[in-house]
Amino acid sequence: MSLYDARRRKNAFYVTLCYAASAFGLAWLIWILGALIMKGAPGLVPATFTEMTPAPGNTGGLLNAIVGSLIMTIVAVLVGTPIGMLAGTYLAEYGNRSKLAFVIRFINDILLSAPSIVIGLFVYQIVVAPMGHFSAIAGMVALAIIVIPVVVRTTEDMLRLVPSQLREASAALGLPKSMVIQKIAYKAARAGLTTGVLLAIARVSGETAPLLFTALNNQFYATDLNAPMSSLPVVIFQFALSPYADWQQLAWTGALIITMTVLALSIIARVLGSQRKKS
Amino acid sequence: MTSSNGTEPGSLPTKITVKDLRFFYGDSLALKTINLSIYANKVTALIGPSGCGKSTLLRVMNRMYDLYPRQRAEGEVLLDGENILTPGQDLNLLRARVGMVFQKPTPFPMSIYDNIAFGIKLYHKVSKSELDGRVETALRGAALWGEVKEKLQDSGLSLSGGQQQRLCIARTVAIQPEVILFDEPCSALDPISTAKVEELIDELTEKYTIAIVTHSMQQAARVSSYTAFMYLGELIEFGKTQTMFTAPENRQTQDYITGRFG
Repeated sequence: MSLYDARRRKNAFYVTLCYAASAFGLAWLIWILGALIMKGAPGLVPATFTEMTPAPGNTGGLLNAIVGSLIMTIVAVLVGTPIGMLAGTYLAEYGNRSKLAFVIRFINDILLSAPSIVIGLFVYQIVVAPMGHFSAIAGMVALAIIVIPVVVRTTEDMLRLVPSQLREASAALGLPKSMVIQKIAYKAARAGLTTGVLLAIARVSGETAPLLFTALNNQFYATDLNAPMSSLPVVIFQFALSPYADWQQLAWTGALIITMTVLALSIIARVLGSQRKKS
Repeated sequence: MTSSNGTEPGSLPTKITVKDLRFFYGDSLALKTINLSIYANKVTALIGPSGCGKSTLLRVMNRMYDLYPRQRAEGEVLLDGENILTPGQDLNLLRARVGMVFQKPTPFPMSIYDNIAFGIKLYHKVSKSELDGRVETALRGAALWGEVKEKLQDSGLSLSGGQQQRLCIARTVAIQPEVILFDEPCSALDPISTAKVEELIDELTEKYTIAIVTHSMQQAARVSSYTAFMYLGELIEFGKTQTMFTAPENRQTQDYITGRFG
């Protein structure tokens, strides 16, 4: 009986430690969210969404930054997703254990964990420098390069989760491999693949470093892809470091907008992910 | 191999003839020179202890093993007299002629209707109404129509295990193959679902030639006309099921059937 008691005490001790660790981790997140809401929420007025980033001392909003972020993120995801999906499909369905697949997987993992500032510098070298000026195009290229490895990885992982019996069953009906992939494997992995894209969006929508070297910033409303373009992360970076109170306020509000968007995307990704398990 | 009474070659039309078949997983030999006939419109059961090569043999008949690069077969497997092991064989056409139902039910992640319609649309250009008709025929053929006719648009995954397996059979039947291979189709099912699937197999012999791998001796006895007993990659005995189960000629067959090993 004493052995049992000792085991129970040990269990209680470790369970308490687990709770404490979870609480410690969560506390920071709640603190961050709380601070963002406290400081950022007062700035959530209509003007924030209708006016441009102001000069110091003037009133203004974040419209150009919001639109810039949307344009660059959307195009980067639209460009990066197909490339990533095709590469991920190759790795899962065709490459498998071949040497080429091994090398691609290795390089992709490096790219996945590469500091984003390095990607910014790289795009500066191959796009900004030859063009001679900062541009939204360069920003999109940088963001797309960040999207690709995320999508490659999730696509491969999700396709590998599709049971081999399902593939065999499809092949047993006489389906050519291309059809098995398109009609069966993608369908079975759909929720996971969507989650991967959402995660990629969440990842790039907060990137600052690669944009500093590529799209830079623009005080005005701009949709010209050949010109510098404003974005939320860069505006936050610039405004938060400024000595002006109204710029700082806009930085807080911008941070709140990004965080809430990413949070919403993460929740959607989670919900989709849990649906996959149920089906 | 010893042959039980009543199987003089040529007495029945043969659908598949296996000649000197050897099968390799990488370097290891899994089937050692198999010779076997699968008779048309009969059920042939493949029995034997785990690892004896019965599933391997079944997977040669639709060249399922081709999905895996390190597996290969030598010898001949004749389907209506034509060797399907030749490199030029169109695998998709072969698999349309030789269907397969697996151990685990594998409905596709789509509606019940689409699970069936999908295969049909792959081979035939049919109108919506004809497609509806063929889906219904296939589901009736698999004794599933009554249970699903109200919910054809529900996901195939929403069905019970036994229903899913019959859906897979319906899907296989829908593309009108000539041979159906069953790889332990009931090992994941409860006794009632098993009985339904067995009844179905019996009815299917009217139109199809059937080969079934099973671990259940009773199932082999119930559903098959011919039985092949395999052991360690060899075909030990082949003959009429009735003869095999009452008066096997080989000692190993008798030991296995009476439950002394395996």
